[in-house]
Amino acid sequence: MTAPSHPSWGRYPASQPARVQRPGARPSALPASDTPVLAYGNGRSYGDSCLNNDGMLLDMGSLDRFIAFDPATGVIECEAGVLLADILELVVPQGWFLPVTPGTQFVSVGGAIANDVHGKNHHVAGTFGCHVRELELLRSNGQTVVCTPEQNADLFAATVGGLGLTGLLTRATIALKRIEGPYMDVDTLRFANLDEFFDISAASDRDYEYTVAWVDCSARGTNLGRGWFMRANHKPALGQQPDPRKRGGPTFPFVTPVSMINPVTLRPLNTLYFRRKFKARSRDTQHYQPYFYPLDGIKHWNRAYGPNGFLQYQCVVPHADARTAVAELLERIAAAGAGSFLSVLKVFGDVQSPGLMSFPRPGVTLALDFPNRGRETFELLDALDDIVRAAGGAVYPAKDARMSAAAFREYFPNLERFQGFVDPAFSSNFWRRVTSTTTSPS
Amino acid sequence: MRKILIVGATSTIAEQTARRFAANGDALFLTGRNEARLTAIADDLKVRGASTVATQVMDADDLKAHAPMIDAAEAALGGLDTVLIAYGTLPDQDSCTADPAAAVAAWHTNAVSVIALLTDIGNRFERQGHGTIAAISSVAGDRGRASNYVYGSAKAGLNAFLDGLRHRLFKAGVQVVTIRPGMVDTPMTADFDKGPLFASPEKVGADIHKAIEKGTAVCYTPGFWRLIMTVITSLPRAIFHRTGL
Ligand SMILES: Cc1cc2nc3c(=O)[nH]c(=O)nc-3n(C[C@H](O)[C@H](O)[C@H](O)COP(=O)(O)OP(=O)(O)OC[C@H]3O[C@@H](n4cnc5c(N)ncnc54)[C@H](O)[C@@H]3O)c2cc1C
Ligand SMILES: NC(=O)c1ccc[n+]([C@@H]2O[C@H](COP(=O)([O-])OP(=O)(O)OC[C@H]3O[C@@H](n4cnc5c(N)ncnc54)[C@H](OP(=O)(O)O)[C@@H]3O)[C@@H](O)[C@H]2O)c1
Repeated sequence: MTAPSHPSWGRYPASQPARVQRPGARPSALPASDTPVLAYGNGRSYGDSCLNNDGMLLDMGSLDRFIAFDPATGVIECEAGVLLADILELVVPQGWFLPVTPGTQFVSVGGAIANDVHGKNHHVAGTFGCHVRELELLRSNGQTVVCTPEQNADLFAATVGGLGLTGLLTRATIALKRIEGPYMDVDTLRFANLDEFFDISAASDRDYEYTVAWVDCSARGTNLGRGWFMRANHKPALGQQPDPRKRGGPTFPFVTPVSMINPVTLRPLNTLYFRRKFKARSRDTQHYQPYFYPLDGIKHWNRAYGPNGFLQYQCVVPHADARTAVAELLERIAAAGAGSFLSVLKVFGDVQSPGLMSFPRPGVTLALDFPNRGRETFELLDALDDIVRAAGGAVYPAKDARMSAAAFREYFPNLERFQGFVDPAFSSNFWRRVTSTTTSPS
Repeated sequence: MRKILIVGATSTIAEQTARRFAANGDALFLTGRNEARLTAIADDLKVRGASTVATQVMDADDLKAHAPMIDAAEAALGGLDTVLIAYGTLPDQDSCTADPAAAVAAWHTNAVSVIALLTDIGNRFERQGHGTIAAISSVAGDRGRASNYVYGSAKAGLNAFLDGLRHRLFKAGVQVVTIRPGMVDTPMTADFDKGPLFASPEKVGADIHKAIEKGTAVCYTPGFWRLIMTVITSLPRAIFHRTGL
């Protein structure tokens, strides 16, 4: 048996497209297809939003050409399959950086737009879509539509965060941000519990461009929510510096027979991480690669979760109830002893997301992995959804493989307006799931 | 800085190779059949750092178009010092078996037209007394096999031609690089099931770039194909004929 082609990052659920096409050149029309069509960027979505079982996948990896770059203004235009890693490789030596970057550089520009991705600078820069100047969309009615925040603005707003359902993105123009060099000033602080996290976060967001925390999700009681807070700024230039960037690095060689992340390994891993630093605070200079992309150091680390794959859960809860809701979520996860060894906690800022369906909104976001242990995992995630729904929050589709249609409707109040922009030729596993009318009530 | 002519510049492998040249600030003249694709590739290579990129549409099967195209390339870049012949077709062996014209057409593109081009370019480089000539052949040229011997024999003809050209131009200080890729994941092999032997065009492009920089005479890419082909070429006929290769 050959491995299924084009999996999602969580390797769950299994899915097999009926056909895969790789456009060699920027297409001027969509290929004919009697099954639903979906673009596949680089498969870094965890769940099923990049999957199209029995449908046609358009693999965008071959549309990876730059179109124009002006080193004076930092405006870059490229095809939708260009990876953020390719952009960095080109622009960092010329003093530019991505305006927003997720925790892996191996995502495509099309994927970054379709999920309106966010990074550690959300509190100052908003989402990736805030920096998209223009995009080109192929629709199944034969039209090629150029959208900007001003021109075809409604289709622009539907496409940013539009889960690849409004048509095929072929190219985009993005405004980069200036940097003086490839290094970061990183300040790491240990916090003992959730209250301390909120205090440090409030005190850091003004002076630090990037803030994020790693939380020990096995800790309970008075230790609940303990972890490390990392805040950073781009380092001012120190004259000429070598760029030690390397794309290689070890590859996780195979899918392990059982998940390496399990209740037995979880606690010691977490505790080890929490205690890894002797000092409660440290400052250092880091190259942007390990700072932004610690997980990219080992290619295909997702294989360590074994053959059943894993689920990632990322939610946001509004500020009002954030402390109680996050505490409840962490307590629930710790009680189940089920989380991955690190979870990520960050306070989103108030910059309005440009997409109708964008996930980021003001509040606190929590993200973590769960090895897929079948029913107990799904029940736990449903329980987390109950907490998030009660708090008026949302779950991130880019990382989801299981939320119910009812939950989805609650999380995305613009859904009905969005549906008016969905291209009828496009669909995904995710979309079929969350728009299904036959799911059990929840 | 190199001044490079790429014939068949819309080939996926050629494009990956060209990106390496561009990153070094080299100057490039690209020819191919599809104008829109050539323009898209040229724009990309400019962004990636190429000092000059010019394009011209040419069907390599049209032998009369060769000399004017080479003249244009020399004029555009102020001379040439590197040539990469990258185009090729992988004909359907069954059609070639059924139809002599199909077999001849495959030879025309993969061997005859390349020999025509390199005869002209070889003479120019011999006169100028330096340069590197590289052509993408294939491991398929190492031994004729039932599954693709028309393609393979054209590449074998090309291999012998390149060997002779290298021998002749050695004295002139001109290097000739024969590139023999194994199976590469490109549109040419779109209908194949991709097993573990398939290499990425990035890897092959990087190997080709290195071989051209070093002037390697015969470059297998990825390198393990040298071993595989040694085994295949040394299989006794009695065994070879029983295989499905
Ligand atoms: C280690 C890791 C860390 C991550 N960290 C973050 C983070 O910090 N913040 C964050 O927001 N996300 C994060 N993510 C998620 C990731 O950024 C998103 O899932 C992203 O959308 C993946 O992009 P991709 O190119 O791989 O697209 P895919 O996953 O292949 O596709 C994602 C969606 O984009 C659509 N799409 C892709 N290309 C096109 C196109 N050309 N036209 C139309 N639609 C298209 C697809 O149809 C699909 O709906 C992380 C993922 C990983 C693996
Ligand atoms: N892929 C493999 O597994 C493999 C293995 C060994 C060797 N090779 C060799 O590698 C080379 C590059 O192939 P590839 O894998 O990069 O495939 P590719 O992307 O399909 O490129 C083949 C290119 O050849 C061009 N071409 C064909 N006939 C032409 C003609 N008459 N005039 C001008 N251009 C012509 C095509 O142009 P159009 O786009 O206009 O059709 C296309 O750009 C070929 O010589 C091939 O034989 C490939």
